[in-house]
Amino acid sequence: MIKVINAILAILSGVLGSLLFYYVLNKVVERLPKKWEKRLKPYVFVGPAVLLIGFFLVYPALRTVVFSFANNDSTAFIGTKNYTDLLGSGEFVSGALLNTLLWMIVVPAVTVVFGLAVAVLADRLQPRAEKFTKSLIFLPMAISMVGAATIWRFVYESRPAGTPQIGVLNAILAWFGVDPVAWLQLSQAHVNSLLLMVVMIWAQVGFSMVLLSAAVKGVPEDTIEAGRIDGATEKRIFFSVVVPQIWPTVITVFITVLITTMKIFDIVYVMTGANFNTDVIALRFYTELFTNGNNGYAAAIVVMLMIAIIPVMIYQVRHFRRQEAEG
Amino acid sequence: MIDVDLDTPRPVPTTDRVARKKAPQEGSRQSRAGWFVKLTMGFLCLIWVIPTFGLLVTSFRDAEAANTSGWWTVFASPLKATQWTLQNYSQVLFEGQTPMGISFVNSLAVALPATIIPIMIAAFAAYSFTFMHFRGRDTLFIIVVSLLVVPTQVALVPLLQFYGTVGLTGTFPAVWLAHAGFGMPLAIFILRNYMATLPLSVIESAKIDGASHFQTFWRLIVPMSVPALAAFAIFQFLWVWNDLLVALIFLGQGDNMVVTVNLAGLQGQQGQGWELLTAGAFVSMAIPLLVFVSLQRFFIRGMTSGAVKG
Repeated sequence: MIKVINAILAILSGVLGSLLFYYVLNKVVERLPKKWEKRLKPYVFVGPAVLLIGFFLVYPALRTVVFSFANNDSTAFIGTKNYTDLLGSGEFVSGALLNTLLWMIVVPAVTVVFGLAVAVLADRLQPRAEKFTKSLIFLPMAISMVGAATIWRFVYESRPAGTPQIGVLNAILAWFGVDPVAWLQLSQAHVNSLLLMVVMIWAQVGFSMVLLSAAVKGVPEDTIEAGRIDGATEKRIFFSVVVPQIWPTVITVFITVLITTMKIFDIVYVMTGANFNTDVIALRFYTELFTNGNNGYAAAIVVMLMIAIIPVMIYQVRHFRRQEAEG
Repeated sequence: MIDVDLDTPRPVPTTDRVARKKAPQEGSRQSRAGWFVKLTMGFLCLIWVIPTFGLLVTSFRDAEAANTSGWWTVFASPLKATQWTLQNYSQVLFEGQTPMGISFVNSLAVALPATIIPIMIAAFAAYSFTFMHFRGRDTLFIIVVSLLVVPTQVALVPLLQFYGTVGLTGTFPAVWLAHAGFGMPLAIFILRNYMATLPLSVIESAKIDGASHFQTFWRLIVPMSVPALAAFAIFQFLWVWNDLLVALIFLGQGDNMVVTVNLAGLQGQQGQGWELLTAGAFVSMAIPLLVFVSLQRFFIRGMTSGAVKG
């Protein structure tokens, strides 16, 4: 009960407090000479947001970089030892790092292809069937990765041979008379990692589908018509007329899913707990920070993640600049 | 029925293109789907629904049945009332060390303030970025844009230390502030992009009428920006409610644990307790599904505005 009251108080004080804060600051600035008022007022409006971002995002990020050169409890600098330790350990490189790379290669590509396929195929159904199909596929967007992981852990559940299977996948195997497989322990050829990726793809295709569907429907009819008149096949029209026009959206979806994938944590944490060679860097970060209490390793892992994201950041900014210039 | 239809209307063919030889194309509004397309889509729908459906069915079965027989076996005699039970939900909600019921309240206590606190602050900033001129404005906004993709992990190690020294670890304000900070770039981005589409003439005339920026903001811009405010609110709420990492690090597994942390903790009981896990999963998914289904329009609008959250 106290928690509820606290939460309500927090909401009220958050809204009223910030309003009052802006109101008072605004009044103070209005007392100043006109010239100063005009000069200072924008900073009054933008200031709190900038401070919040600075204190909770930028400053900690810089501290993280510093920590990545320090020891496990951040009391002494040890140079680049954290990085050389991590990158020199086969267990990290061929474990968490390699797995994350696999995730980055498989998940965004498959999500885009599936999303596009669903968008294009559903477009051919009757409007009501299209709506229904898309709704079903979009729904996993709402639920947490923990929820999605629970759902799929149940699908992959395996029981000893001879007893009734309660997981769908092994039940299908049993139907064909095949012995059950402990899917999540199947680390040969990274099969278990691939099965974890299925969860992520399942959750993200809806997002991909919605954006790509909008793009496909936005392709001008007459460009497609022109292709038809020239006698191009449906396939040719799709790849030579439709795809080039929706390419910017494809890139946007790809990048968004890529970033989410690079930080994937929940699914692996819940389904295998990094066992059976399924570790990924975001989970390793958590393990180093919490289980091993090693701030240095944790920080170094985040910095590596950050470096990998920098190209995306540059792309994002360029993209934004171009849009602004056009707008 | 949920509505995933976008606001983009299908291009309407102009009259001159409604020619005889394009007759088959005109049929496209009905259905151009052959059996292959229908079959593929049907199959995909099944793959998308069956896992969740199995979970839902299992959450209403008794412990014995849920853990020793497949959930599909209920369809042999779906009307046999004795195989259905609400026991799992009452157990998972009210019993145990930290029941899901408590976590549910905790999640609300975390997610609502973490959604609402940043909105006002971001709205003021977005107004300033859109309608005011000041030195460094464009550079500052570019920084905001680039921060969109920064993963929250970068801030966690120092913040954890900071919260430790000021005694905020394990408290709700720690999570509110962290989420407010992490969500701020996206909030500013969505709101600023929306405000940039508002008619400038309205603001100009308000200025001529002698309205101050504060009045213009509060009386004009905020009411006009409701769709964007709602889009961000939904994003942020779902984000915070569904978050595991931040909650795990700052709140942990004590009395203050939220539904995602609780559900993740329940998984420890390997091989046993699927009836509780499934019920717990649905408790954790109920609110997001409700929010999502009822407010989907706003959500999609936010999504198609090109927002990417790191």
